[in-house]
Amino acid sequence: MSSADIYREIILDYYRNPRNYGKLPNPDIAQRDSNPLCGDELEMHLNIKESKVVDVKFTGKGCAISQASASMLTELIMGKNFEEVKKLSKEDILDNLGLHDLGPARIKCALLSLKVLKSGLYSYLLEKLKDTASADKIKEEASGLY
Amino acid sequence: MIHIENIRKDFPILKRKVHKDKALIYFDNAATTQKPIQVIDAISNYYLNYNSNIHRAVHELAEEATIAYESTRDKIVKFINAKSREEIIFVRGTTEAINLVAYAWGRQNVNKDDIIVTTEYEHHSNIVPWQLLTKEKGAKLEYIGVDDNGELLLDQLDKYLETGRVKLVAFSQMSNVLGTITDSEEIIRRCKKKGVRVLVDAAQSVPHLKVDLQKLDCDFFAFSAHKMLGPTGVGVLWARKELLECMVPFNGGGDMIREVHKYETSWNDLPYKFEAGTPNIADVIGFAAAIDYLERIGMDKVREHEMEITKYALDKISQIKGIKLYGPMNVAKRGGVISFNLGDIHPHDLATIIDEDGVAIRSGHHCAQVLMERLDVSATSRASFYIYNTKDEVDVFIKSLYRAKELFRL
Repeated sequence: MSSADIYREIILDYYRNPRNYGKLPNPDIAQRDSNPLCGDELEMHLNIKESKVVDVKFTGKGCAISQASASMLTELIMGKNFEEVKKLSKEDILDNLGLHDLGPARIKCALLSLKVLKSGLYSYLLEKLKDTASADKIKEEASGLY
Repeated sequence: MIHIENIRKDFPILKRKVHKDKALIYFDNAATTQKPIQVIDAISNYYLNYNSNIHRAVHELAEEATIAYESTRDKIVKFINAKSREEIIFVRGTTEAINLVAYAWGRQNVNKDDIIVTTEYEHHSNIVPWQLLTKEKGAKLEYIGVDDNGELLLDQLDKYLETGRVKLVAFSQMSNVLGTITDSEEIIRRCKKKGVRVLVDAAQSVPHLKVDLQKLDCDFFAFSAHKMLGPTGVGVLWARKELLECMVPFNGGGDMIREVHKYETSWNDLPYKFEAGTPNIADVIGFAAAIDYLERIGMDKVREHEMEITKYALDKISQIKGIKLYGPMNVAKRGGVISFNLGDIHPHDLATIIDEDGVAIRSGHHCAQVLMERLDVSATSRASFYIYNTKDEVDVFIKSLYRAKELFRL
């Protein structure tokens, strides 16, 4: 897709005025990752109550796509329960951004936030459910993530 | 003056279009350069007509291949003004050359509490091997800082040298991000006074500047073929013969031995002691064609052309409102490399936009994250030039930067 289609008003707006930017004082989930190829960095903080996302913030450095993607994702998951978050797919993220046909280098920018969110969520669940019968199922789900 | 139109005819890739109908403008030469037809032909000629292993066999093909491979070594001796062919070791590239020194010299000579000094503008390949070595030995790694003009703070070198614990100073002769040309002779002079060994990372300098090792007087010197019109997978470590003689082998295997017995082996003569296994014969042969090409133009002319185009580009780019340039503004002190940021456009977004106009630049940390921290940026955009780049191409690049500004409503 062309730059004019990528850098629409809404992407630039989320890049320059990111919603939910910042850190939570005592997050239940804190997950950080970076893209070694381009150095994009992202950290997400979530608070969880009764298996629901009740608060979420992110901080990061990176291109307009990666930062807008993270900010929009925080809005998307607010109030959602675990099952709904688990089901979020790559396509959901790209739909949400309105970005399709990104090249292989740039698609990683768009999907870094989903990677951070899911790895954070699964680490949290594994910790919660360790030594229970569900642990193996979660492990299996987590291993098939990427 | 170099005849740029004639030069461009030798580079088939420059005829191709990108993004359907855009002429390719290749400004990523600090990452790797394009290859002239002479280099491509030399490689294919080897595979088509005399492909063979070297050194051992006595048949005609092997003889031809050995002669071609070894003649590259002789050309390099002349090109960098080394003393002898025994000091020229073929490796995969600058990275392997530096790792070879860290392993084969460093592990014997660096001990607990010793210091290795490098600089804040090094490529990761001249940082990580020293981190590995100093951690293993309980030694210390120290950095010469960079001032706001992108030049080294050499007073800091003196401070380290005064401790009497410095074993090696390793620095880049030209920064791959800032383009800064290091005052190498001054650093080496100060190190020699204290009997400290010096390694020069010449990956960015040998392709662009005339180098004279007899004048430079360093101890180790490393560079890569692919940044100077040659193929990937070939580089050179030059080191003083007396050092190479005392160093242990880096890799064990065929070709690096004199005699192998069940429990003992004696080493081959220099330089073969450090060239275990079948080397990258085809690409070493291709490297010779690259050196021939550069020598035909003349390194003085290469430098002259790059200064001219860099000055032209710096003049134009500095007029763009919101541009932030890194590195020395005086082209006598910098190579053909321009790192910059434009407003709040992230370099990856900028590179995506101008790529649509056919302009290939680099964006990111350029394997120099220590420098990015010093500059307090996460990334920069980088345009880097070579012998086939023109002022017309710079004009397209500048126009494209204005388009990026528009897209980002700046």
